[in-house]
Parts: sequence; structure tokens; C-alpha cells
Amino acid sequence: MQRHLISAADLTRDDAVLILDTAEEMARVADRPIKKLPTLRGRTVVNLFFEDSTRTRISFEAAEKRLSADVINFTAKGSSVSKGESLKDTAQTLEAMGVDAVVIRHGASGAPYRLANSGWIDSAVINAGDGTHQHPTQALLDAFTLRRRLLGREAALGRDLAGRRVTVVGDILHSRVARSNVDLLHTLGAEVVLVAPPTLVPVGVESWPCEVSYDLDSTLAKSDAVMMLRVQRERMNAAFFPTEREYSRRYGLDGERMARMPEHAVVMHPGPMVRGMEITAEVADSPRCTAIEQVTAGVSVRMAVLYLLLGGNEPALSRQPSAERTASTAHAAEEK
Amino acid sequence: MDSHANPPATDARPVLEGPDIARVLTRIAHEVVERARGADDVVLLGIPTRGVFLAQRLAAKLEQITDRKIPVGSLDITMYRDDLRLQPPRALARTEIPGDGIDGRLVVLVDDVLFSGRTIRAALDALNDIGRPRAVQLAVLVDRGHRELPIRADYVGKNLPTSLRETVKVLLAEEDGRDTVLLGAKPADQ
Repeated sequence: MQRHLISAADLTRDDAVLILDTAEEMARVADRPIKKLPTLRGRTVVNLFFEDSTRTRISFEAAEKRLSADVINFTAKGSSVSKGESLKDTAQTLEAMGVDAVVIRHGASGAPYRLANSGWIDSAVINAGDGTHQHPTQALLDAFTLRRRLLGREAALGRDLAGRRVTVVGDILHSRVARSNVDLLHTLGAEVVLVAPPTLVPVGVESWPCEVSYDLDSTLAKSDAVMMLRVQRERMNAAFFPTEREYSRRYGLDGERMARMPEHAVVMHPGPMVRGMEITAEVADSPRCTAIEQVTAGVSVRMAVLYLLLGGNEPALSRQPSAERTASTAHAAEEK
Repeated sequence: MDSHANPPATDARPVLEGPDIARVLTRIAHEVVERARGADDVVLLGIPTRGVFLAQRLAAKLEQITDRKIPVGSLDITMYRDDLRLQPPRALARTEIPGDGIDGRLVVLVDDVLFSGRTIRAALDALNDIGRPRAVQLAVLVDRGHRELPIRADYVGKNLPTSLRETVKVLLAEEDGRDTVLLGAKPADQ
């Protein structure tokens, strides 16, 4: 049985649909006067955040608390990490305290994989974003939002995204969200087109299960969803495009471009949005933009993942070994 | 509920057939009206899977008797089970509370088989998180005994004395294509 959630590529189609269906039921808890379930009572979950995050950390914390888990928050700032403690020692400290699950965000790609497979700890590991590698719960909440919008809340149960076309636009190179989405959307049967300037397309993209285009306008009319990504300046150490103005003119989504999308198509954004750069305020505030729904979906999807991994005596997700892509990046974390 | 875990035994014999089930539900409907003095504030909540269909059938019969709309919903108890940690997580079923809620109302829980009573304990916990009913009652199609908790049913379709080596399986047209209650022997390997 798969005990961890490291990569969206580890999920089978049935696992993914099970998570999305479970999340639909979890979403109903949010409508109740008492938004709490006793399911993870007595289990301890640590949120181990080595990298800044607001929405993911708060979302995980809300999900854990709604399932009655005991939550310990750990941020690298002000911890022993700033004194030079290694990931291994931090992990073993947590293990000694009797932790059932670790939700980890780390700047190094492969850190969660290392944590899960090194034998340092026995607890379940959930990847909350590692470097430019993976962010599986983000891909799950995107798929959840998309499935609900395209198929309807009731009709969506038990179904995948077969035959739908999703266009992912922007900084693919630095985006773990794009990688996770390509993996998961492909597993769910959707076709993915990546659109970016050539400098922001990663090496080796031809082995990914998707198409690549450099022209946004030609893909819009065929898309069921357009997912805009933020340009990650904090990860850039070189000039990837001449000016912001040129980037936003060629790859930004404005009202005029949105009008050329099919009527049912939605605009998605994982946040944080940079208005005026990849998306205009007009688009961001339009009812076709699902950014806020994605945040709400995040709590339900994370509740579903926590329940399916920790709710029973063994996880409910099937076993499928991590892709080699994961294994090769694991060394990066080790050296760090 | 507990009977669902067991595969239906091949040599199972029917103890209630379709017409019996219909008659039993009609009787329970009359008992509910009688005990609740008209069933003004009754809310029926079925426990998935088959309790939900029984609740819907019971609501239809109550509506015939009282000539009033009877709120009916479902209550999934999976995440309140006391044996969650003993098996892999189960898929969740739907909890659907009727629009006006359950506060101050008479909630009648409906399930197919009453066995250990643990399902009903979980249902009472789940109700607690949803609201505060005036009272809670329990209607079951079959009471097979072997209670492990101090829980009893208010309305029983059929009292069926069983041994622990037997299985009770309720089949309903909505889910299984036919109405019947089967009493069988547990396979030897269990």
C-alpha cells in the first residue's frame, strides 16, 4: 500500500477519482454548523514548512483540524534549521515525538521523497510542494475544481476528465504546479497543452505526456480550461524574457483573449496572482475565474487525502512506485 | 449494516420476501404516526446504503397516511465508526440533511439490519454534529440480536433470532434488483 503522497504521477486513475469523490463528500462538511469530523482524533500531523507559504499551510491546517487531528506547525524560520540542523535530524526529532504524518514543503526538489524513503521516519509523508518538482495536492484541487465546473457537482462523481483540453500558460520551467497538473490531468484522461516562451519551457519536456506551444492565441479556442501560472521571479537568476510588458502582451490573459475561449471554458490560477502580469484584473474578477473556488476546494481535497492515507489501519490508495524522475532528483535534497 | 461485510452465502434462504417487506413498512409507518401523534415534525434519515432506500419508502407511506410532505435524507456514519482504525479507509457515502434541518424535530433513523448496535452509536454521534433533535428514534427492517451496546430499536420489521455463525443480507430493488431478506451461514473461512 502506498503510504505517502509524493508525486501526482504516483496516483492511478482510480486513486485520483476516489480522492476527488471523497473530497466532494468532505466539501459538504463545510456547510454544516459544526465543521468537524472525529476521524483523525488522536493522530498527530506536523506541517513542516521550509519554504514560505500562506495558502497551502493554512489549507492543510484547516483540513487537519476539521478531521480532529492534533496539529503541530513548524516553519524553518526561528527553528533549529536556522542553526544548521539537517533534514534528517529534524525528521528524527519529529519521529521521536510520535508523529503520524508529516506534511512537508521544501525548496529542494526531492526532499519529501528523501524523507519518505530514507528510513528516517515511519510516518506518512505528504508533499506540499518541493522545489520545482511536484505539488500533488494542488493538482488534485485543480482537477476537483475543473471537474465540478465542467461536469457539475452531482454528475461529476465517479468520473474523470477524459477528452477535456487544458492549457497551462506561463512559467512552466519553475512550476511544480505545472508538472503535477500534467501528470494528474494525463492520468485523468485530459489533454494538456503547455504554452510558454521557449526560455520558460524545461529541458526534457518532450518526454512529458503533453503538447507544447509557443502561441497562446492559437490554443485558446480549443481549451476547456486555461490555467495561468505566476512568473516565479524568486526562482529566476537570469533574464528569461525581455520585458514584463512583452511577456504580458504575448502570454498574459486579458478580457479580449478570454472572449475567444469557448463559452463553457474556465480560467484557473493556483495563486498568488500578479494582476497586470499574467492575468488582468478584469479576468481575475470575472465569474469564469475559479481562483477562489480553488482555495475552497483545497481544504476538501486535503481532508480527503488525509482521510485516505491516515483514516484506517492502512492507506486506501494503491501502490505504484514513484517515477524515476522523482528518484533522480532525490540527490539534490541529500546534498543540501 | 454489519451484514454488508459478508458475501451472501450460497445456501441462504429467504426469511422475508417482497410483499412481506412492503407490509412491514406499512405497519412501521402506522406505528410512527401513532407514536408521534401525527408525525408533524418527523424527519427520516436513512443510513447508507440500504437504509436510505428504506427511509424513502417509509416516507412515501407516511405521506400517503398523513397527506403531508415528510422530509427524508441520509446520514453517512463512516467517519464516526469505532472500527475505522481496524480496516482500510472506506469510501464515503452521502449525508443529505433535509433543508429545514433537524433542530427540534423528531428524527427517525432508518437502517436495514440492527446487529451490534455500533452503527447506531456512530449515527447518534454524527447527529450530534448536525443539530439537536427533539428526540431520536430507530426503525429497522430486521433485528437480528447480539447487541454489544445498550441500544434498541423503536420500530422493528421482523425480530430474527440468529446465531453469530449466520449472516443476514437485505436485498432491495433499488440496489440489488429485488426485495428479499436472506438468512445464510457464514463461509467457514471467516
